[in-house]
Amino acid sequence: MSEFTMPSLGADMESAVLMEWRVKEGEHVTKGQVIAEVETSKGVIEIEVFEEGIVEKLLIEPDTECAAGTPLAFIRSEGEKTVQEPPVEPLAETAPQEPLPSTPAEPQREVPKTKHEEVQQTQRIKASPAARKKAAEMGINLAELSDTSGGAVHLNTVQSARQKAQESVSEESSHVLEVKAEDTQPPKENSFADGMRQAIAKAMSRSNAEIPHYYLSMAINMTPALTWLEELNSELSIQERILPAALLIRAAVKALQEVPQLNGFWQENTHQLKKEINPGIAISLRKGGLITPALIDAQEMDLQKTMQALGELISRTRAGKLRSSEMTQQSITITNLGDLGVERVYGVIYPPQVAIIGFGRISDAPWAQGDTLSVRKVMHATISGDHRATDGHTGALFLDKLNQLLQNPKELL
Amino acid sequence: MYLDLNRGREFYKKMLLIRRFEERCVELYSHEKIRGFLHLYIGEEAIAVGIMQALGAEDAVLATYREHGHALARGISANKVMAELYGKAEGASRGRGGSMHIFDAKSRFYGGSAIVGANLPLAVGMALSDKMMQRKRVTVCFFGDGAVAEGEFHESINLTALWQLPVLFVCENNLYGMGTALTISHSETNLARKAAAYRVHSQQVDGMDVLKVAQAAEEAVQRIHSAGGPVFLECLSYRFRAHSMYDAELYREKAEVEEWKTKDPLVLLQKRLETMGLWEETNAQGLEDEVSQIVNEAVDFAEKGTLEPIEDLMKFVYTPKEKQ
Amino acid sequence: MSENISYREALRMAIREAMLEDERVFLMGEDVGHYGGAYAVSMGLLKEFGAQRIIDTPLCESAFTGAGIGAALNGMRPIVEIMTANFSLLALDQIINNAASLLHMSGGQFNVPLVIRMASGGGKQLGAQHSHSFEGWFAHIPGLKILTPATVQDAYDMLHLALADPDPVLIFENALLYNSKGALETQKKALPIGKAFQHRSGKDLSIFTYGISLFKALEAAETLSAEGIDAEVIDLRSLRPLDDEAIMASVAKTHRVLIVDEGWRSGSISAEIMARINEQAFFELDAPMRRVCTEEVPLPYSQHLEQAAIPQSEKIVDMARTLME
Repeated sequence: MSEFTMPSLGADMESAVLMEWRVKEGEHVTKGQVIAEVETSKGVIEIEVFEEGIVEKLLIEPDTECAAGTPLAFIRSEGEKTVQEPPVEPLAETAPQEPLPSTPAEPQREVPKTKHEEVQQTQRIKASPAARKKAAEMGINLAELSDTSGGAVHLNTVQSARQKAQESVSEESSHVLEVKAEDTQPPKENSFADGMRQAIAKAMSRSNAEIPHYYLSMAINMTPALTWLEELNSELSIQERILPAALLIRAAVKALQEVPQLNGFWQENTHQLKKEINPGIAISLRKGGLITPALIDAQEMDLQKTMQALGELISRTRAGKLRSSEMTQQSITITNLGDLGVERVYGVIYPPQVAIIGFGRISDAPWAQGDTLSVRKVMHATISGDHRATDGHTGALFLDKLNQLLQNPKELL
Repeated sequence: MYLDLNRGREFYKKMLLIRRFEERCVELYSHEKIRGFLHLYIGEEAIAVGIMQALGAEDAVLATYREHGHALARGISANKVMAELYGKAEGASRGRGGSMHIFDAKSRFYGGSAIVGANLPLAVGMALSDKMMQRKRVTVCFFGDGAVAEGEFHESINLTALWQLPVLFVCENNLYGMGTALTISHSETNLARKAAAYRVHSQQVDGMDVLKVAQAAEEAVQRIHSAGGPVFLECLSYRFRAHSMYDAELYREKAEVEEWKTKDPLVLLQKRLETMGLWEETNAQGLEDEVSQIVNEAVDFAEKGTLEPIEDLMKFVYTPKEKQ
Repeated sequence: MSENISYREALRMAIREAMLEDERVFLMGEDVGHYGGAYAVSMGLLKEFGAQRIIDTPLCESAFTGAGIGAALNGMRPIVEIMTANFSLLALDQIINNAASLLHMSGGQFNVPLVIRMASGGGKQLGAQHSHSFEGWFAHIPGLKILTPATVQDAYDMLHLALADPDPVLIFENALLYNSKGALETQKKALPIGKAFQHRSGKDLSIFTYGISLFKALEAAETLSAEGIDAEVIDLRSLRPLDDEAIMASVAKTHRVLIVDEGWRSGSISAEIMARINEQAFFELDAPMRRVCTEEVPLPYSQHLEQAAIPQSEKIVDMARTLME
């Protein structure tokens, strides 16, 4: 018999609301099967079970907020006998070890609810598609509007809510680099964007306080890689075409295989290298905020697979359908701000990772080679390293390898 | 009836080509090279060959869904017809039509129509426009005995007679509309009489005898040119094979088929040539060899043909801008 | 520029001009000649052009429609008039199996530059066999183009557009519009086939319609305006092709959709438009889409019943109010 617990989906997740069970008691589950959905400050995430067996008992009713590590269910392995379970209390009644998220849970979530209330609580919010779109753009929680207006939420309700709320919610940047003190305003109720903002704030403050960063930058001639990619794409169908972003990720992963020190954690004063390269890819959300889901086992992927996996990851991120492993197993972060015109990215490391790779924009620039000056596509790649775990030399080796690969892009296939 | 060696050889070769081409089609169908419906003309070759030889290049032809014979007799290459049956881009209709929809602008061959009777109104319009523009052309419209039961036959033949349009109606009466006998389809089984009721010059012709068909066709074309109005030829004929490939022929007796086979148009022509002492000179074996080569080449051509790319699926629904 | 010309006269003017310009153009149909046209559209043309080009046919829709196709195949530019849309069902074989299919079946060799005009729609107490609206139904068929002129200008323009088109075009003329009058500009370049036209700009809801319902929609928009509801009214003009771009642009502007359709509701062109909005502009919608269609009965003779069955300005107003709730 084993406990299935509320997973910790990230350093910044302290609790989550169990939204829905996807399995019933007595049901057979297999390893990797999604058995529940939980709502975190980063959105709804599907969580997987990691063993095979029978769901012996579901311990928590939907719509209950639980700290990470709270037992949610018992899983019995095949052949094992049924055992009486110890009573498990939901979050509010067991004393939390530390204060729960800075965004306080709504009162009704603190106590277990009666069946009737639960039904009401999980009822789908009636909102028009246009209202949904607008609310998502503005980071406004539709649930709140639905409470106040009673009937369906329409566009004008969202717009007036937006006017009332002024700019405190939505306009803030979603990118790590730009996390600044703009969160000085008191958080507004329990809105999604606020929750995420708080989570980012916490992680980044910790990073800045604890991690001694070093920063390295290298200008890379991208002309060979981009020319090669263009040729490659000309032979592929539109669906199969490869974006430069995927090429860069593939190059970074390959370089990390040569310089593995950057792929891992600094935990309890020790440097732990990770065999699997699971780069967290910084993806900004339309509704504001940032998520860095992992491209799991990227070292196993060729270029085509990397592209495919990246596409899937982005669409699942935007749809709020990430897997728990993707939210927890990042071994390094890659951020690409080139699209916004940024030249160099000096990233803030996401603890407990030990490095963050940054890609700036690719632009035409003068490029000297021997005596010849010509115009080339040039990009600045950067690395921010945790000086406790590695030295500048390691970072330099990485950038050098990255550069070599991009000059011989065929190796990236 | 005019017959000399050249004419004899030409008719024989054309009928033989249709025969051998379609025999090969049966084989290819069995090997799943050809799919869809496949209606064979075997037994009726004398009609297409006899009619087409009377036409000029400017005349137009509207055929039925049993039209491989019409297409070949009109001079569309065996390669193009076979490639069409294969569904290849090199086919007469780029593989969009198949066995029932062979089209060829160059020879003014307006299909292959698989709605029984639906090509007759088109013939009215084609002939109407020729008359309006004072073009000296004939529109030939083939159809079967089945079509004569359709309203479109009666509507159309009325219009051509009423407006005196240059249409040659060729009714291929093979005694069965699919599996339903003429006798249980028509109150008047002499179909020429039906046409005559619309004051159309009509006649019954032995459709197994290519010379009789040829003569009737030549006279009809002449008459249309001189008198202007339509002519209706009912060619009495018989198909030796089933209606289409998947047909158990429950509706007719084997003995009936065998009896008609004694009137095989190829055999009939051979007898005539023998009577005239021309058969040896006809060199039937030489013609067999030539035809065999044409058919082999057609299969080869079709095999080597290319498939239209899926990206072109939506082509030919509307005329593209650049062609307007 | 004529200020006050009837829809019927505009049509006749267009036919006449086309026949003068192009000897390949001719008119064919039941009672188009000696009678002068069931709705008097071709009145006087027999005298001017003669029986060679204004051709009275017997009652044989399939044969004369097919003859139009045959003539088009053979280089002419025929205009076939079908007296009433209901009668077009007798020619359905020719319209669909031949006109719409020949270009494709022949691998692009034979196009069919044919124009078919027909009177359409209810409201004249002609009962169930002379009153139906099949334009949306014909719009299902690839290979055809479906035009529904509402205004005098479009009656004139669309005939010319249809004749210039290389493929079969069906024009549905609502019979109640023949007497309607409006301005006509004959020198202006016509808005192409497939382009919708915005008759009234508004910010609160979009009313998409065509044919005679355009005027009912415009009337409804006036009523709504007095209540503070600002309706945009768009004449689709062509049901195949549909102007997706104009439809989606309007939805993005108003976020609310009302479609007025002369056809029956089930499987209608309004259903198609809703489906396209759902596919292309779902997140622009702020309320469920609504429609006013003809009630699903064969149209009855009795006036009060017939009027209750077809779209009316009051129904449009009511539905718009529901939409704005």
